[in-house]
Amino acid sequence: MPTDFTPLASLGGGLLIGLASVLLMANFGRVMGATGILAGFLMPTSRSDWGWRASLLAGMVSAPALFWVVSGQSVTVQVPVSSAAMIIGGLIVGVGVTYGGGCTSGHGVCGIARLSPRSIVATVVFMIAAVVTVYVTRHMIGGAV
Amino acid sequence: MRFLMTYAIGLIFGYGIILGGMANPAKVLNFFDIAGTWDPSLAFVMGGALGVTALGYRFVLRRPAPRMADVFHLPTLRSIDAPLIAGSTAFGVGWGIAGFCPGGALPALGTLDPAVLTFTGAMITGIVIAKIVKSKLQPLGQTV
Repeated sequence: MPTDFTPLASLGGGLLIGLASVLLMANFGRVMGATGILAGFLMPTSRSDWGWRASLLAGMVSAPALFWVVSGQSVTVQVPVSSAAMIIGGLIVGVGVTYGGGCTSGHGVCGIARLSPRSIVATVVFMIAAVVTVYVTRHMIGGAV
Repeated sequence: MRFLMTYAIGLIFGYGIILGGMANPAKVLNFFDIAGTWDPSLAFVMGGALGVTALGYRFVLRRPAPRMADVFHLPTLRSIDAPLIAGSTAFGVGWGIAGFCPGGALPALGTLDPAVLTFTGAMITGIVIAKIVKSKLQPLGQTV
């Protein structure tokens, strides 16, 4: 399933993600990492640490509605893989980001922005793993997932 | 007021994810499919996000404290260890299978697309299982 190359929209999206990361650090001293924010929401350590996570996640989930209001378009979610792939992929992602200590936003954006060696290594590793996985699933076992 | 601000920050992040194309698995998987239907768009998402964050952090982290909290909560771990490598490898494999990462899936939840709900349910299950296993293993001397 080919998708359009959208450098301007994607750059704009990236700038907004960066803006959110800077605002969260400047005001609340927190890393804008989806994994860490979600994990602390699911398994809170204290009551006072929960509200900012819940409200931030509520903001994220509201974004498609805002996108619809602003652009008049609904959000494009095209899924070229099976439900089984969603379940298996989701489980592996959940376990992986917990042991790896972060994901694309936490390591790939906020961590690299601080030049954290762990985040640089993590990002290189998960990017390569994703490229290899897509190569295997699409070009070696022929879209079996 | 605080929660209104964090809500707005989540909204900005989610809007960026959607505008950038990271809430769309087809686009994400095409970014990884260098040998096939390659779509390099997501490099612009990463580049834009990283540029703004690196620049912003330079100014922000020079301050003594955040505006509405006592301290900056920055990760202190420095070591490149086995859990980091194994976990990140697994994350990349799962991302390559499903096309969603956590930051892509959470804003997409708002579309109520069944695939996103399935992925997020499985991802949360994975996070909770891994957290429990990690906390059980710690007394045995495992470093995490």
